[in-house]
Amino acid sequence: MPILTKEAAQALLKKVLAYSKADECEVSIFSGDSGNVRYARNEVSTSGANSKNMLVVSSAFGKKLGTATINEFDDASLEKVVRRAEELARLAPENPEYMPILGPQQYGEGSGGYNKDTAAVDPAFRADAVAKSLTITKQNKLVAAGYLENNMASSAMMNSKGLFAYNSSTDINFSITVRSEDGTGSGYASKAYNDVRKLDAAKETSIAAQKASGSKGAKAIEPGKYTVILEPAASIVLIEQLINNLDARSAEEGRSFLSKAGGKTKLGDKLMDDQVTIYSDPWHPDMPTSPYNNDGRPQEKITWIDKGVVKNMYYSRYWAQKDNVKAIPGPDGFIMEGGTASLEELIKSTEKGILVTRLWYIRPVDPQTLLFTGLTRDGTFYIENGVIKHPVKNFRFNESPVIMLNNVEALGRPERAVSGESNQSAILPPMKLRDFTFTSLSDAI
Amino acid sequence: MKRREFLHYTGLGLGAGLLSQIPIIGKAVPLEAPWYTIDVAKKKELADVALNAARSKGATYTDVRIGRYLNQFIITREDKVENVVNTESYGIGIRVLANGSWGFASTDQMDKDSIARAAATAVAIAKENARLLTTPVQLAPQKGYGEVSWKTPIEKNAFDVPVKEKADLLLSVSDAAMKGGADYVGSFMFLVNEQKYFASSDGSYIDQDVHRIWPTFQITKIDKATGKFETRNALSSPRGMGYEYLIPRESDKIRGVTTLYRDRYDMLEDARQAGTQVGEKLKAKSVEPGKYDLVLDPSHLWLTIHESVGHPTELDRVLGYEANFAGTSFLTLDKWETKKFQFGSPLVNIVADKTQPGSLGAVGYDDEGVATQKWDLIKNGVLVNYQAIRDQAHIIGLNQSQGCCYSQSWSDVQFQRMANVSLQPGTASLTPAELIKNVERGIFIAGDGSFSIDQQRYNFQFGGQLFYEIKNGQIVGMLKDVAYQSNTQEFWNSCKAIADKRDYRLGGSFFDGKGQPSQVSAVSHGSATARFNGVNVINTARKI
Repeated sequence: MPILTKEAAQALLKKVLAYSKADECEVSIFSGDSGNVRYARNEVSTSGANSKNMLVVSSAFGKKLGTATINEFDDASLEKVVRRAEELARLAPENPEYMPILGPQQYGEGSGGYNKDTAAVDPAFRADAVAKSLTITKQNKLVAAGYLENNMASSAMMNSKGLFAYNSSTDINFSITVRSEDGTGSGYASKAYNDVRKLDAAKETSIAAQKASGSKGAKAIEPGKYTVILEPAASIVLIEQLINNLDARSAEEGRSFLSKAGGKTKLGDKLMDDQVTIYSDPWHPDMPTSPYNNDGRPQEKITWIDKGVVKNMYYSRYWAQKDNVKAIPGPDGFIMEGGTASLEELIKSTEKGILVTRLWYIRPVDPQTLLFTGLTRDGTFYIENGVIKHPVKNFRFNESPVIMLNNVEALGRPERAVSGESNQSAILPPMKLRDFTFTSLSDAI
Repeated sequence: MKRREFLHYTGLGLGAGLLSQIPIIGKAVPLEAPWYTIDVAKKKELADVALNAARSKGATYTDVRIGRYLNQFIITREDKVENVVNTESYGIGIRVLANGSWGFASTDQMDKDSIARAAATAVAIAKENARLLTTPVQLAPQKGYGEVSWKTPIEKNAFDVPVKEKADLLLSVSDAAMKGGADYVGSFMFLVNEQKYFASSDGSYIDQDVHRIWPTFQITKIDKATGKFETRNALSSPRGMGYEYLIPRESDKIRGVTTLYRDRYDMLEDARQAGTQVGEKLKAKSVEPGKYDLVLDPSHLWLTIHESVGHPTELDRVLGYEANFAGTSFLTLDKWETKKFQFGSPLVNIVADKTQPGSLGAVGYDDEGVATQKWDLIKNGVLVNYQAIRDQAHIIGLNQSQGCCYSQSWSDVQFQRMANVSLQPGTASLTPAELIKNVERGIFIAGDGSFSIDQQRYNFQFGGQLFYEIKNGQIVGMLKDVAYQSNTQEFWNSCKAIADKRDYRLGGSFFDGKGQPSQVSAVSHGSATARFNGVNVINTARKI
């Protein structure tokens, strides 16, 4: 079913609000349509289609809040969901941290995340993309396992103080792992776009295939501290953890890597290399995101790390009021600045190092230092005198993105990448880092 | 819907730290809505609509799952009830075989026309996929059971316990932990009821009522002078039980350096101890890296079993179906075919079991209508079997599925998921205290912590909640900054002692993740305390 237009969403939300008898009422609607195909062993394994709508009503009496949702939109159902939310609010304990809803806000223009070609993707398109991908792996006697998913969605919110916000978006997400028939080589590639015309599944399959063939016969080298080149699909899984931990409340409460002795925080401290600047921007042409966040606050372009200095943290509205600061919401995605060098040029400039395609199974080890562990996967290579000499066996690492971004040697040209852990996108460069900590070898291929 | 949107919509944003893996399904229903189930005759009528519609469109096999999934979350933070949320999800998922390929479609519009349309969509998708087919799906035969039912054997339905009583328990937990010295306490109680109805063209109509419960907390203590902090999580387990799990019983407590729990959990006692222990953790000695004999409590060992035994014995991983995401397995078919692959020491016996009472994975029938069972995976240290479902059974020479197929919701397609996988207790009389007595230089670990393993399940690293140094058979004090790294086969071959069945306990997870799009599954792992010799321990402390 098609997603809701701005006008349709506005009319529906107005109707819902008209039923409200609460002190405050806020209504959101989410409407989404998605399809997917999954393949493995050079065959389609599962595929499906999913259409979901959800209307969410939050009602408040004083500081007592209730929330109810429904996916039927006839008049009786709309009134019922409002009454339910009000009933819940009356039963709920008072929350001293409840914040009154926002009044009307100024949002930037729609960020352009909706693309009509992506919205038109159907099962036949998906099957054709898989067919192209399989042609390459079968011709090269390799084995593919991949996943292609398309989504279109719209979201809108309105409240009893006159706030209204709307956004629509599409995306297409493709990832592929190609393995040699004997299982001794494995390669990976992934891409996500708002515009399906940018996706070239055959090209990504070829990259993964090349890595699979090239990674056969990996040699073991001793774990230790190495200069590494992390491709964007590798570094994203650690840097997204840094961004996820910029919450002001945790920092001020003393339980974050941003906490300091004496109840202070590291806001304004230089923690990383001069070359590190990370920001978010809902209007970035390669990764447009929503112009508003879930509680109706406008999203703006915000610099989080500026030349290595922690420039901003994000706040709940309650905590910002307590601190008497601007309530900056957390970002959707991030952009890390880089240079102009290509990945190949970064390799060329490396005397000794390790090229990493993908990092996997990332888990926190110590929140105090933002230490994470995980492993390399699907294409790890030894570089000597500017060329890839041979594949190497995979490693386990124990590293903090803070330490890693303090050890930057060079940054390449940023590109959009998708996290194999969270499925979220970011724009970031390939990066050459010194002293990356590998702690043991893995036999996994 | 993205996870953060779910958290926002349900008002869980503030307490989301502990809840980062909550599945994003469901809609909110009234707080005190009466607990009820859908009439079985109604479900059969709807299922027959789907079965008939799929057959008429050309399906050669169809299964239908009608699901009503209820969740309740109660979330507290220090002395505040942050939120109480009820969600409900009701709909139908239809899986078909047509032209030798699978197709799947689901809908939450439960009128007969919408159901018939979804069945037709499933058949159309199967036929589209059949264009790329080289090997038709081969289903292991399965007899129809007719109309049957199964229920989790609960003593007290947790959904019937008043919300206030549950919220008051969590607030008492905060109070107990803070009196013990904690600065921050986040607690939550998570209740699940899956009302699942399965029907297939084989002639089964199976009605099941599945209950699960998970109470837990995380407490934090800050040392303001140094800026350091430590946390301690609950030593509870998620269980396939009712509210009786939260009614303490002395006979279910194991007293020692910390209190551990069998089939009943004393949340208040654990919170009191945690409040004290988190302060001890701040002052504990930082571990000296090196080789140690590890004595692993079941509250910790379950996760090592899950990652290093449960996952690599899943046949879909072995075959490559998860190669692009969750990964493959080092337990390749050639190793199994030798019947001599020494996975672990001869003491190591590991079973898969979908029937174990009180476990998260226990059901009467799996999600493709196969009666559940128990079978050996590792026998006297040797790999003897895998975990397989209907379209895989023939690959390992089985003429029937092992009954471990699962889907997290009516809206997702079912696939092979881990059964409860458990280490069998030792047969000789041995207590954990006797086991520790023989350790010269070791570490006793309780509670699960950080965990990571490679995509073929060789190399792993685990942390924990509580680490105690063992010297010459005695626990001498607490350690911190501990993680151990090993290789699965080396680790299980270093298993030199397992306590007897008196010490057997279940741990588990609500959120085992696999598949694209990703689905979660709940699974338990049992063991008694076990000893592993000469394991590599690293120190995880860093400076930034």
